[in-house]
Amino acid sequence: MLRLPAPIYDAIIAHARRDHPDEACGVVAGPAGSDRPERLVEMINAAGSPTFYQFDSGEQLRLWKEMDAADEEPVVIYHSHTATEAYPSRTDINLAQEPGAHYVLVSTADPESVDFRSYRIVDGVVTEEPVERTG
Amino acid sequence: MAVEVKIPTILRTYTDGAKSVPGEGANLAALFEDLESRHAGLRSRLITEDGSLHRFVNVYVNDEDVRFTGSLDTTLSDGDAVTILPAVAGGSLDPRRAAPTR
Repeated sequence: MLRLPAPIYDAIIAHARRDHPDEACGVVAGPAGSDRPERLVEMINAAGSPTFYQFDSGEQLRLWKEMDAADEEPVVIYHSHTATEAYPSRTDINLAQEPGAHYVLVSTADPESVDFRSYRIVDGVVTEEPVERTG
Repeated sequence: MAVEVKIPTILRTYTDGAKSVPGEGANLAALFEDLESRHAGLRSRLITEDGSLHRFVNVYVNDEDVRFTGSLDTTLSDGDAVTILPAVAGGSLDPRRAAPTR
């Protein structure tokens, strides 16, 4: 179960729409061990691609150091699929290396609506979980 | 050269849970050999079979991505801070064109 404060949930969708047709990506940080996503950090997609995303390596280090210093961790790692469904691709699964994170996928393939889903990806196994937009 | 290496969550199974371990080496390649001697299996998560840095592993020496400083040939000095982070990446791209890290 992923509980996301409404402003963050809405901001992720807005980010995905804004970057469409390129994939959008980012993190929601929260206190380490709390499983509470509290601080949204949009990241630049260094690949700038409609089918691939990658955090800029320098930006990623800055963010990871910031989280470490604030005793935070990446509670959510999100990205968008712009022409396919909101389900982790083989690539997403192969490259998921934060076993504690909720992997949020947003699909902007349909201009009329946005599909917002969340998954745990651990040791190559994908498990979808319900998402609650709170407050 | 004696350095401190920060280990990401996913690789802490090789360090008995330690977030940071000491290491030695004149350059990054030598450091990884040194780490392998105490943390067996770690090196293969960082270096591919053809001897280069894994595409989706980021290594930084004093906050500089080593891809800009000579990759595995990056030289090390006493007291350097080495950080390893798995690159956050993915997307709907066909996996045959995006090599996984393992």
